[in-house]
Amino acid sequence: MQEIIQYLFSGLTTGAIYAVIAVGLSMLYSSTELINFAHGEFVMVGAMAMVTLWVQLALPLPLAMAGTIALGCCLGLLFERFAIRTARNPQPIVLVIITVGASIFLRGVGMILWGKDPFSVPSFSIHESIEILGAALLPQSIWIMVAALALAGGIHFFLKQTLTGKAMVACAVNQKAAWLTGIPSEKMAVLAFAISTGCGAIAGIFIAPITMSSYDMGTILGLKGFCAAMIGGLGSLWGAFAGGILLGVLESLGAGLISSGLKDAIAFILLLLILYIRPGGLFSAKEAKRF
Amino acid sequence: MKKLTTAVLALALAFLPATGLMAASVYKVGGIFSSTGRASFLGDPEKKTMEMMVEKINASGGIDGHMLEAMIYDSEGDPAKAVSAVNKLIHKDKVLAIIGPSTTPTTLAIVNFVERAQVPLISCAAGVKITSPVKPWVFKTAQSDLLAVAAVYQHIKAAGIKKIGIITVANSFGESGKNQLLNQAKDFGLEVVQAESFGAKDTDTTAQLTKIKSAAPQAIVCWGTNPGPAVVAKNVKQLKIDIPLYQSHGVASPKFIELAGDAAEGIILPTGKILVTGLLDGSDVQKKILESYQADYSAKYKGNVSGFGGYAYDAVNILANALKGTGGDKGKIRDNLEATQNHIGATGEFNFSGKDHNGLSPEAFVMVEIKDGTWKLIK
Repeated sequence: MQEIIQYLFSGLTTGAIYAVIAVGLSMLYSSTELINFAHGEFVMVGAMAMVTLWVQLALPLPLAMAGTIALGCCLGLLFERFAIRTARNPQPIVLVIITVGASIFLRGVGMILWGKDPFSVPSFSIHESIEILGAALLPQSIWIMVAALALAGGIHFFLKQTLTGKAMVACAVNQKAAWLTGIPSEKMAVLAFAISTGCGAIAGIFIAPITMSSYDMGTILGLKGFCAAMIGGLGSLWGAFAGGILLGVLESLGAGLISSGLKDAIAFILLLLILYIRPGGLFSAKEAKRF
Repeated sequence: MKKLTTAVLALALAFLPATGLMAASVYKVGGIFSSTGRASFLGDPEKKTMEMMVEKINASGGIDGHMLEAMIYDSEGDPAKAVSAVNKLIHKDKVLAIIGPSTTPTTLAIVNFVERAQVPLISCAAGVKITSPVKPWVFKTAQSDLLAVAAVYQHIKAAGIKKIGIITVANSFGESGKNQLLNQAKDFGLEVVQAESFGAKDTDTTAQLTKIKSAAPQAIVCWGTNPGPAVVAKNVKQLKIDIPLYQSHGVASPKFIELAGDAAEGIILPTGKILVTGLLDGSDVQKKILESYQADYSAKYKGNVSGFGGYAYDAVNILANALKGTGGDKGKIRDNLEATQNHIGATGEFNFSGKDHNGLSPEAFVMVEIKDGTWKLIK
């Protein structure tokens, strides 16, 4: 019994990481209908910027966080302006390939800037794990969970309750119609990118103390985050959160109860099953299309 | 005008064979290292060491008057890139011998190519599969995990431990280690009560460790390369598992202590002597070699040596000795390599034979414990 609880806690830790990444991905999808395969690299930028600002330059934690988020947003802005918008033929497949290219580019730049060695970032709070029912829970995983929930909640509020947020969704639904009603769709796209990559950087900030940060950490994290977003239903923020937690818990239970060698396989088989039964993901309303 | 052109052409023609001859007197040796990518911590010092050693050999007159020329390619730790590099080296550059690659998967990927082309290869990778079974043209200078496991098990046995749990990384380094750990356990009277694995990029291993913990072993052996084992070390502390943690030689670098931080305290691992040169007895035959390597390396690159660079150091030295008197005949180079005896290198004492293309014994390892953020030699 104690083991099962420990597996659940382990799953929550990894799940929270996937969730916080999935939320950023999902946010961009719900406001531009674009999947950013470079999202994992923005997570990497966030984690590595923390290494530079907090560990190496020894700035105070809030300042280092603010700097990292600002960097993430700025990069997203540049990314949209110079890579996405300049595409002559903005077919979805072309844009997706641009994001794949951007991920390779960012990884290369990361390698030149920070070198090839992994780095370690200390925890925000106490190192000691908390013991609940004989199982250990990392304080940092609570931090991540809070970050993921706050991000999902904040973005949900922004998209559903504010005028700018609604305008952003309108652009995703029908760009021409949104333009006709006077919404500056280009500005909305830039904003959506800046927010999404900022979310990526936030994810990086919070997961850096748990994982080791290195220039190539983004790829697998981005993929797992994408899986989580797919399980939950792309475009649904709460779905992304739940999908991440579910994926993490399943991986951990799979590793604990069946075999750690099959850990990833179990998670991906489940993803296939879910997509087979519910193509839109667990939490999508009816179909992948919203309207 | 025409006459002049003809004269120039004739001159050029006259000199062509001569330049050809000049080129022939150069011994070309190939190098394949993962100098970028995930395994760059292996390949980068190896590449630098090879360049440094070739320079040094040339500065002292080359080999039998032949200068060495190193043709080095980057495998990025990718078997596919290693294969394309080995083809370039064999067919385009026509090298006499190849040093590297840095990792077991990249080495295993090219073994067939060098066997077919009959080019001697001295690998810098640890996997025991590289030289077992023995392949005529393949040698290696890195200690096999076979020896590392033997060194760890000797220590565990001496500590009176009977039951162990193992956790290995899910790549060829970890798989090879796992096989050795399972196979040799009986020889040392040990029982592996739980065997788990983790992904090379896993961010958390508490699920696996919980499973190991519930099987109640007296010690845990972790087999992997950075950064995974640092995650394992941290997780062991977080789960408050209070039994000795052994790591492999794959993490024997200061980087591991930096990554694992406080969690590194008390971890015991095998390492080549290079890491603890300063702690060795003055009577140790390797001490002088290690000191001179360290001095040369830090003079040129302003950094510390690592055991990985030592593999390339030994490979170049062994190859340089084997090249003597061969006139560039690959078959003779191979025979000379196989006949290498009592070669004291940075890694250990090499005694190659027809049955052993690694040539090292478990004495090539010493056991160290991490204490106060640094290594402490266990006698």
